[in-house]
Amino acid sequence: MAEASAITEEMKKLMDIEVGPKVYEVEKGMIKKFAEAIEDANPLWQEEKHANKSSYGSIVAPPTFLACFRLQELSDLVVTVKSPLTRILNGGTELEFFQPIRVGDIISVTGKVVDIQERENKSGKMVVTVLELICKNRDEEVARVRNTVVRY
Amino acid sequence: MSEAVYFEDLDVGAEIPTLVKHPTTRQLVKWAGASGDYNEMHYDKDFAQKHGLPGVIVHGYLTFSFLGIMMTNWIGEKGILKKISCSYRGMHVPGEDIACKGRVTSKYVKNGENYVECDIWAENTKGDKTTPGKATVTLPSRAVVEPGKREGVKGDFGRRLA
Repeated sequence: MAEASAITEEMKKLMDIEVGPKVYEVEKGMIKKFAEAIEDANPLWQEEKHANKSSYGSIVAPPTFLACFRLQELSDLVVTVKSPLTRILNGGTELEFFQPIRVGDIISVTGKVVDIQERENKSGKMVVTVLELICKNRDEEVARVRNTVVRY
Repeated sequence: MSEAVYFEDLDVGAEIPTLVKHPTTRQLVKWAGASGDYNEMHYDKDFAQKHGLPGVIVHGYLTFSFLGIMMTNWIGEKGILKKISCSYRGMHVPGEDIACKGRVTSKYVKNGENYVECDIWAENTKGDKTTPGKATVTLPSRAVVEPGKREGVKGDFGRRLA
């Protein structure tokens, strides 16, 4: 008899769910607090005078500011789904940028599971799930985020 | 911030200037507040130890952010970061240096933009690559600056070409 797949029916159902939109309004203070947290002194993120004269024309957010656009509901669904594999790791992050994030942007985030794959290594079976978040400023897509969750 | 880096000046194999960061528990708390990631593994030692860790660990996304800083410092304001990714393969603990490094793996022109692709990674103090990844940037060319004309167009950064 073939060995049962580590991808459960509940996991497969995750592929049909779309979560969001969750809306975030980008404020100057958020960007400043974020730049201070990562200790990034780049004047484009914080110094208005400098940023206004730059080719960006205003303060913009550092690339990994996308971390703030969380969709906890989707992460919770992936983490709590029924599975014989109970240990979970954050596998990785991928960010793709189409427009800079600026103060005053109204970012709506929608997310879904775009891939579930079973893999095997020497310590046993793993299930690799990829969550994709699409970040739009009003109607324009500004960034896309892919987070990988590994169950083993 | 470094001087602007131009497409013509880079060869495959060129190294990105190393960025060394020294995260502290205080920085982990600041990250938690700024990003909204309140997982106790990163600030509650008892919680972390109960889950088999030696103590609190650095958020993978904070290490990833250090790689982001390395990239934006390197490409300057005329370079555009198109894509950045990493895998979380190993942990960092607060109080220890994290060295962010990278190297150019390819360069090409597409749709009139000068693309450079890089391997990037973070190392722990033993030299293990804990957080390997990739980045794609576009860089200004020395060739296209016309006299009296501004480089770049305001608001056009990172716009996706159809």
